Amino acid sequence: MSLDAATVRRIASLARIGVGEDEIEGLRTQLNSILGWIEQLNEVDVTGIAPLTGAAQMALKMRDDVVTDGGDPDGVLANAPERAGDFFVVPKVVE
Amino acid sequence: MLTDLTLAVARAGLARRDFSATELTQAHVDAVEALNPTLNALITVTADQALAQARAADAALASGDDRPLLGLPLAIKDLFCTKGVRTTAGSRILGPFVPPYESTVTANLLRDGAVFLGKANLDEFAMGSSNMTSAYGAVVNPWKRRQDADAVLVPGGSSGGSAAAVAGRIALGATGTDTGGSIRQPASFCGIAGIKPTYGRCSRWGIVAFASSLDQAGPFARTVEDCAILLRSMAGHDPKDSTSADRPVPDFAAACARGVRGLRIGVPREYRADGMPGEIEALWQQGLAWLRAEGAEIVDVSLPHTKYGLATYYIVAPAEASSNLARYDGVRFGLRADGGDLRELYEHTRAEGFGEEVRRRVLIGTYVLSAGYYDAYYLRAQKVRALILRDFTDAFAQVDALLTPTAPSAAFAQGENMDDPVAMYLNDVFTVPASMAGVPAMSVPAGLDGNGLPLGLQIIGRPFDEETVFAVAAAIERAAGFDALPAIRPGAVAAE
Amino acid sequence: MDAGTGYTIEGASGTWEVVIGLEVHAQVISNAKLFSGAATAFGAAPNTQVSFIDAAFPGMLPVINRECVAQAVRTGLGLAAQINLVSRFDRKNYFYADLPAGYQISQYEHPIVGQGTIEIELDGGITKSIGITRLHLEQDAGKSLHDQHPSKSYIDLNRAGVALMEIVSEPDLRSPEEAGAYLRKLRTILRYLGTCDGNMEEGSMRADVNVSVRRPGEGFRTRCEVKNVNSVRFVMQAVEAEARRQIAVWEEGGTVEQETRLYDVARGVTRSMRSKEDAHDYRYFPDPDLLPLVLEQGWVDALAAGLPELPDAKKRRLMARHGLSAYDAGVLVAEQATADFYERLAAGRDAKLAANWMLGDFFAALNRTGRTISDPPVSAAQLGALLDLIADATINGRIAKEVFEAMVETGDDPAAIIDARGLRQVTDTGAIDAAVAAVLAANADKVADYRGGKEKLFGFFVGQVMKAMAGKGNPALVNDVLRRHLAGGG
Repeated sequence: MSLDAATVRRIASLARIGVGEDEIEGLRTQLNSILGWIEQLNEVDVTGIAPLTGAAQMALKMRDDVVTDGGDPDGVLANAPERAGDFFVVPKVVE
Repeated sequence: MLTDLTLAVARAGLARRDFSATELTQAHVDAVEALNPTLNALITVTADQALAQARAADAALASGDDRPLLGLPLAIKDLFCTKGVRTTAGSRILGPFVPPYESTVTANLLRDGAVFLGKANLDEFAMGSSNMTSAYGAVVNPWKRRQDADAVLVPGGSSGGSAAAVAGRIALGATGTDTGGSIRQPASFCGIAGIKPTYGRCSRWGIVAFASSLDQAGPFARTVEDCAILLRSMAGHDPKDSTSADRPVPDFAAACARGVRGLRIGVPREYRADGMPGEIEALWQQGLAWLRAEGAEIVDVSLPHTKYGLATYYIVAPAEASSNLARYDGVRFGLRADGGDLRELYEHTRAEGFGEEVRRRVLIGTYVLSAGYYDAYYLRAQKVRALILRDFTDAFAQVDALLTPTAPSAAFAQGENMDDPVAMYLNDVFTVPASMAGVPAMSVPAGLDGNGLPLGLQIIGRPFDEETVFAVAAAIERAAGFDALPAIRPGAVAAE
Repeated sequence: MDAGTGYTIEGASGTWEVVIGLEVHAQVISNAKLFSGAATAFGAAPNTQVSFIDAAFPGMLPVINRECVAQAVRTGLGLAAQINLVSRFDRKNYFYADLPAGYQISQYEHPIVGQGTIEIELDGGITKSIGITRLHLEQDAGKSLHDQHPSKSYIDLNRAGVALMEIVSEPDLRSPEEAGAYLRKLRTILRYLGTCDGNMEEGSMRADVNVSVRRPGEGFRTRCEVKNVNSVRFVMQAVEAEARRQIAVWEEGGTVEQETRLYDVARGVTRSMRSKEDAHDYRYFPDPDLLPLVLEQGWVDALAAGLPELPDAKKRRLMARHGLSAYDAGVLVAEQATADFYERLAAGRDAKLAANWMLGDFFAALNRTGRTISDPPVSAAQLGALLDLIADATINGRIAKEVFEAMVETGDDPAAIIDARGLRQVTDTGAIDAAVAAVLAANADKVADYRGGKEKLFGFFVGQVMKAMAGKGNPALVNDVLRRHLAGGG
């Protein structure tokens, strides 16, 4: 599988990373080099193998339904690049 | 010099009042001041905080307090969130970020009395094997080549600042994180010890995430025992991390003295990669000979899927990273680059905020998860990952630990391996399989190459059996008698 | 399954059927959020119920709330659904202003609840079984406010991370009425279970409506999803508006494109949702911060044992035990508080009379006073006392209505009102004889007509006698005495 320029643009858009037209070709080459190298996995026989999602071999622990957090809008907003009152602010979103 | 002490010796000295915690910390603060402009090992220096902590430690020592890390100055990889102290993850995008919380691991160290000298440099978001991808400049390896002393060497990565700080003796120890080798490879490059414990041994809460199913915190120090002391404080169950293991934390330092008599040590034949440098092969054989001499039995084992570890890693880690890094969007914290609308704001912020390697991995990760490619890449990689784990499980049915080289080379120079991302990725070929399986692995300095640069050996153990790893590493440390010193260190530079 | 409302739309070129599936997002009743310890209460000041986990700060990790899991299991049990003892959380990746992490933690491949079913009731006593495809747990998003500033949107993360159950139906619904009945029934079940308050105005229950149209006998055509519809009425309107739009597209020779749309309440039409234009590649993958959710059968069994009687069972019981009609029983069980009120009222009394009183005068009084079943103007005990006074012939049914109105007005007990106003029924035949004699004497012409065959005048005489007795005459005795007098007796 080899990426074309349109695919590079599409995944950059999905990842919300602005990529200039002059960068597309370089990225395409690098990504194809990595993907080409990854293709070696195709030679592994994985028939009947269950995928391993993580290294922790446990079941999920559950916590009690108790309010232990929140009530600190200033802490939550202290790092915000832009705030208005106790809101985060972004350019107007049209739905 | 106080900066030459091991952590264990410094601790004993403090207990005997040979020197005060303030004197110990002042010596390290002075070393930071003298050497950090050269090494660039710390992004943020917290000298005032360190001295205040040291004074508090002196008061506590005077009252008989014997917490295990009381008054011992450490460097903290700038991936651990530290309350009120800027935490950058080596990225522009977190340049202005001051966490309102303390990571569990650093909170554990503070609980045990540690002093924090500052935040150690790293590859951006821990993505790299050279520390060249940091937005805060490259880190300089304190070691120099004998034949080419002008070459500036990399400390390895991603925890390059932590390793350089400990090797350059500006900190007694340091925290690191290891996703595919980010503790072990820089430890090898800088001639110090470093352990990636079992996945789940240390809480990930408050550590900026790279690849959640692989990330694991661990210590660096100049001796195996020092690593054991630090890990005991760092480790432990944390209900805030669902992947944290609810297991007691053993006395790792006690295990260092166990010896290896009767242990079965595996040699994975697939690690004999084509083109392995002769001196690394020789050091490996030397390591096996030392262990045999100490009474261990050496056993050939097979990890047939090891050679696919790296390719698997370069699907799984970028996939998780592409999702973990979506939160850096310029809205709630960190850098914001303006845009006419929300999409532009995101795209400008993330284009300006992320460096080249991070962008590359986020794009790869986005691609391997995207519609139509998930099965071919991500799902297949998860299945290969299951096979890699099975290899280790099978091997550990026969042996107690594995011995391998840590890295395929000694430290390389800045600018080398930079053109081809895949060539850089090959640095992690020996370290990645243990990461994929979640098992503990440690690098211990074992010798020098022809250029006088340190080389490490890697000990890989069973899940949650760090004690055997420490026992084997300590045996190698004793046998190797590694006492070479890096060119850049307190005193040495003053003499130049 | 195709027994239903038989609803079709006549297009320019013939008849169309409508195919509807609903994805309902039901906010789980819990104190804290699904993966954080922040509170879930509605209407708090902005960003006051936000943990650093909800705001997706660096290094923050999710830990699941046991009660949210229990609520999902209870709901699954209430929908007669498969409970999956092993399920998993996945990340659904997309960028949006009110989605702090850039992904929503959801369950994609392995939901906690599998197939189930809901019985809906339609006009004419028809019931229809609607398949439930699945139920899964996921996080809610925050809230964007677009009307606070001319060029900015404001973000409040109080809702971010609150647990939602997404309940997905099979495309078994065939009309706006069926969609409405499904939503109401689902809401009733959730409220009985106490797993969601079903309050659509506060957004704790929202529906995404999948609509397609087809010619009778055809397979499915392309569907569109109308997002975030927040009332039963709007869901019904949105179905019709979207169906009519699609019919027009097909009939004009066009093709319906699969897309996400919004229902414009003011204009009564759906429109394409721009912000979702490229959101269809969600790159789901297992959340590496969480482990598989493994439930023990014993825990599930304990939850099952603690479930309340659900509306279908309660309805069947009311019909069987009290002889109520399906319709009356259905109305009484629609809200648990109504059913509880009724059961307290009917206990030890004439159950049908109790039902008639509740469905008639009592509901009318609720409407008139704007009160609710949980804060009624007359308690079940008070209304019961009134029924007892009818049963022991202290008052007749007509006076009872007057007493009831006085109870609504004053809150007093019926006996007190009856005594104070002298409304006790007259059973003294002497007094009735006198009243009847007076009425017949005053209406000699009508008596003659009655005796000449106009027997329907009987009712007139009853009315006049009761009027003369201020309504307090015992109706049976009044009838007897009247008949006797009219037949010529004394």
